Amino acid sequence: MTQIIPLSWYLAVSMLLFSMGALGVLIRRNPLIIFMSIELMLNAANLAFVAFARSFGVPTGQIFVFFVMTVSAAEVAVGLALIIIIFRNKHSIDVDLMNSLKG
Amino acid sequence: MKLSDLNTILPIVLLVVWACMLLLVDLFIPRRSKGWTALLAAVGLAAALGLTLAYAGRESTGFCDPNNPGNCMVVLDGFSSFQGSLFLASGLFAIAIAYGYLKRMGLERGEYYTLILFSISGMLLMAQAADLIVVFLALELLSIPLYVLAAFARPRTDSEEAGVKYFLLGAFATGFVVYGITLVFGATNATSLSGIAAAVAAGSFTKYLLLIGAALILVGFSFKVAAVPFHMWTPDVYQGAPSSVTGFMAVGAKAAGFAALLRIFITAFPSLNLDLVPVLWGLAALTMVVGNVIAISQTNIKRLLAYSSIAHAGYILMAFVAFGNPAVASDAAASALFYLVTYAVTSFGAWAVVIALEKTDGKGLEISDFAGLGRKRPLLAAAMTIFMLSLTGMPPTLGLVGKFYLFRTAVEGGFIGLAVIGVLTSLISAYYYLRVVVTMYMREGDPTTEHEPWLDLTWGLTALATVILSFLPMALFTWASGAVLKLF
Repeated sequence: MTQIIPLSWYLAVSMLLFSMGALGVLIRRNPLIIFMSIELMLNAANLAFVAFARSFGVPTGQIFVFFVMTVSAAEVAVGLALIIIIFRNKHSIDVDLMNSLKG
Repeated sequence: MKLSDLNTILPIVLLVVWACMLLLVDLFIPRRSKGWTALLAAVGLAAALGLTLAYAGRESTGFCDPNNPGNCMVVLDGFSSFQGSLFLASGLFAIAIAYGYLKRMGLERGEYYTLILFSISGMLLMAQAADLIVVFLALELLSIPLYVLAAFARPRTDSEEAGVKYFLLGAFATGFVVYGITLVFGATNATSLSGIAAAVAAGSFTKYLLLIGAALILVGFSFKVAAVPFHMWTPDVYQGAPSSVTGFMAVGAKAAGFAALLRIFITAFPSLNLDLVPVLWGLAALTMVVGNVIAISQTNIKRLLAYSSIAHAGYILMAFVAFGNPAVASDAAASALFYLVTYAVTSFGAWAVVIALEKTDGKGLEISDFAGLGRKRPLLAAAMTIFMLSLTGMPPTLGLVGKFYLFRTAVEGGFIGLAVIGVLTSLISAYYYLRVVVTMYMREGDPTTEHEPWLDLTWGLTALATVILSFLPMALFTWASGAVLKLF
């Protein structure tokens, strides 16, 4: 006997992931961890998209997920490069030490 | 896919191909003559601008669903040609203010111009987007080059920090936009703007998912246009980034964010406008008040202009509140477009003046450094005075006309309280804008300024445009009204 997992369960997991990601961005101080939290938010959206697409029976959602993955890969390339150049300069990447602009 | 699909986005195709070629050609241009790269980039922009203007008045859609020809990916209409012309013109100005500045600061690298071209193609795509997937792609295409540009002055620490901050906050905002798009898709089973509107009109949607989705999209774009309380990154990034990048970011990225908001909220969510009015009201009022009040205490001209740009996001958001009243919705959108042009012209001029005073070691950016400018460079000081008056909204400048249209639609839409807040905050802003003018003319000082032909041309042209256009605003306003007409 097979039973289909209802849509709302997927949505609950996705919303939990999204909240964890958003919270992580707000409270963590390491740019790498912040960045991981942002990826968590994007993947929460991906999960919800696939779940919706499956319940509607249309491919739009899956296709959107490919776009999100590709674009976030491009974003990773730029983001890590930025984090590396700042590490070379300051030998630390703590965002609390990025304070030369506070005024 | 048909050939006519490509024809719909021909200016974008042209610009992207040109940028890719330029990236290669730049390798063969010797380090000392990077002016050629700037010239080639400007030629590409001018060609795309010519094409956009030639296509003005055409209406077509591209990359449509073969089973459902109403749902398209991109659209060419009056709105997209109006916004496209604004983006391309601001790109030309961005190159004009960057050319001498990069040379002086020792930052002359060919990638600068290529990145500007890529960012502008993202903005053009944003203006033409008719599907939330394309909105997302355009948002990333315009943002990612800007993250790099903000950190372009490496190894200067403040520029690197600006890059990282802009990147982290920008990616955070993208997360909100993507999740919002997901929920809208879940609510309506459509990602094309017309498909969403059709599903809402037919009643086949989940109301609470749609509302949360629209709110998340609004939050994401509020980061992009720097509306309070999503503005924390703005002063730091604007101050740390090279001034020529900041000028471009303050105009281009903000205008593109508003282009997306206008398109999405007019075409896809017309039924939600009433639900969103209180939220937008609060957002607009808070942005105007906080932006203007914090600007008072700034001593650095770049930070002052950053808070000024936050405050102006608030004024433009006022037009979004007026959407809630269908009787003035079309006028409200037109006045938002008009104000974007006003802000773009004035802001570029002000940034050009800032660049003329900036020195190699990052000095020359305090307001006190403007002392004595009135005696030493009377024309430059006069131009800065015009820009400051225009940002305040005083005659005889374009800023007054722009604010007049915005406040009028707010009053006609029945949002008198908001219009009063707008007028009062404009009065507050007079204090800090006029302080710059007073410093230039009343204080003794000996500022050193740069004479660069392209920079002089930029502030001269924008100052003239700010004054002359204020006497014949109807032509521009008619164009803006025509641009939004088809959206409703």
